Amino acid sequence: MSIRVSHLCKRFGSGANQFVAVDDVSLEVGGGELVAFLGPSGSGKSTILRIIAGLEQADSGSVHFAGRQADHLHARSRGVGFVFQHYALFRHMSVAENIAFGLRVQGKSKDEQRRRVAELLDLMGLAGLGERYPAQLSGGQRQRVALARALAPEPQVLLLDEPFGAVDARVREELRHWLRRLHDEVHVTSIFVTHDQEEAFSVADKVIVINRGRVEQAASPAEILDHPATEFVARFIGEANVYEGVARDGQVPVGALRVPADGLPDGTPVTAVLRFYDLKFWRDDRGFARVTRTMTLGDRVKVEAVIDDGPVIYSQFPRRSSLLAGIEPGCRIHVEVTLARLYPQGGATPAVTVQLQ
Amino acid sequence: MTRIGVALAPERGGRVVRLAVLAYIGALVLLPLAALAQHGLAGGLGALWRTLASPGALHALWLTFWSAGVMALINALMGTATAWALVRYAFPGRAALSALVDLPFAIPTLVTGVMLVLLYGPQGRVGGWLAGQGWPVAFAAPGILLALLFVTLPFVVRAVEPVLLEQDPAEEEAARTLGAGDLAIFLRVLLPPLLPAVLSGGVRSFARALGEFGSIVVVSGNIPYRTLTAPVYIFGEIEAGSPEAAAAVSLVLLLLAVALTWAARLLERLSGVRGV
Repeated sequence: MSIRVSHLCKRFGSGANQFVAVDDVSLEVGGGELVAFLGPSGSGKSTILRIIAGLEQADSGSVHFAGRQADHLHARSRGVGFVFQHYALFRHMSVAENIAFGLRVQGKSKDEQRRRVAELLDLMGLAGLGERYPAQLSGGQRQRVALARALAPEPQVLLLDEPFGAVDARVREELRHWLRRLHDEVHVTSIFVTHDQEEAFSVADKVIVINRGRVEQAASPAEILDHPATEFVARFIGEANVYEGVARDGQVPVGALRVPADGLPDGTPVTAVLRFYDLKFWRDDRGFARVTRTMTLGDRVKVEAVIDDGPVIYSQFPRRSSLLAGIEPGCRIHVEVTLARLYPQGGATPAVTVQLQ
Repeated sequence: MTRIGVALAPERGGRVVRLAVLAYIGALVLLPLAALAQHGLAGGLGALWRTLASPGALHALWLTFWSAGVMALINALMGTATAWALVRYAFPGRAALSALVDLPFAIPTLVTGVMLVLLYGPQGRVGGWLAGQGWPVAFAAPGILLALLFVTLPFVVRAVEPVLLEQDPAEEEAARTLGAGDLAIFLRVLLPPLLPAVLSGGVRSFARALGEFGSIVVVSGNIPYRTLTAPVYIFGEIEAGSPEAAAAVSLVLLLLAVALTWAARLLERLSGVRGV
């Protein structure tokens, strides 16, 4: 079932303490899609999800399910499955009772309840745990029970609010695969909220980047990586160096570094965003930067350097890259920008991407 | 066996300390219990039964049971509501309300009785008016009930509060998205985890009310066959020089109190098992 959200607004608090959580948000999720809401904490992504579920009331705007307006529908009649960050399992019920809850309150027969519970326990890899209580399960198991409980009444839409936030890194990785595999099997329209870009990119078909209550960009992971629509997306996605400067003679000087800025009028104040992996460092005794630190991060090496008369700059290389030869703290290097994104301040001039081969 | 005290006290000294503590607690607790049992059962079970079956004792016990029972019911309901308000809502004066709940434990029970008589006694403005309407409070059953409610106020509130604090409001939201209505949410999601705490709080307040003396002796008027509760009856029998009757009624109160305390513990353990 497709979801359309139009011109949603939501404020919390009143007077001086008023806080705009959702600011004129419109977005669309196609039937059967798996979409991620990605943004920093406090960006309003969870609030949008809760409004879609009917757990929160929007101040204005509307939500449509499959083209039909849903704003007047109570949360219990929206046919939405919701998974909470901290599981929200019913502590006094066994795993099986938790999963059967939705079917029970909807008056489904005992036989049907039993059949569906067995089916879901199987699907979720929880076979044999039906009689346990939530307190007797691990975090990963609890979240799978929560997922099974949400899926039991066969919802049209599955909403997950930071579903893997409360488990440790290894289990999180496992649960991501679960969610992806599950979606490929069940095909229910799903939205999950996360602040973790790796999670969003590895699981979702489409990522909607949200910041300060607004949609910054809605696109495929590759599109967002290659063509960030806004300065925020460029800064937030992937690790990047961010510098403020003024364009002069087709360049933006950052200390001794010249960031290429072909086509920008002289005197334009810009924000230059340089991804770590869009920079090349190599050892050069007459170079204009000095390495201060190298950090080995698994299969990659992160290099920290200081530009002469300028700020710190980072780059990142595969561990076996030939460019790393001779690079060590204290040595001088040359910095080459292979791709730069320039965002003129004030927004009057459009953004420019400069790519060098 | 290693003990923390071993380094300080040599083995012999340790034994002396253990024996001393045992003797102290024994003399303090067991001896009086034995005395009570001996006097209560002095004439055998038949005599005990006859003493208890005397109209005065019977009425006093009956009055004590039903007033404590009604009080426990009201406490279960209002105590749960109070805990709910304290945990779930942020409102100005919440801290003050929480402090007020504990206040009755700090007030000497005799003082409680005096306060109630001043307010609800026939001389008091409120009490005078109520009595005029045919609703006497002080020196009548409602006075006893009020006194019991006052002195047991914190029991259910403080028993339910921690369980409520543990409960994630997201559980209610989860139930709602699964299609549950308000009633189903209350009966199936909210109430079951609270029930053991509500019951244990209620039982503990009941046990406490069985022995309440200070406030009752002032507020009830102690009219035999009308407002004379079991503890005050016991006091009267001791004063009147018949310790056997006092012992018999005391024995009943004692056994009940011990049984109820056990029941409350059992309930608390039950609620603990499934807690996260």
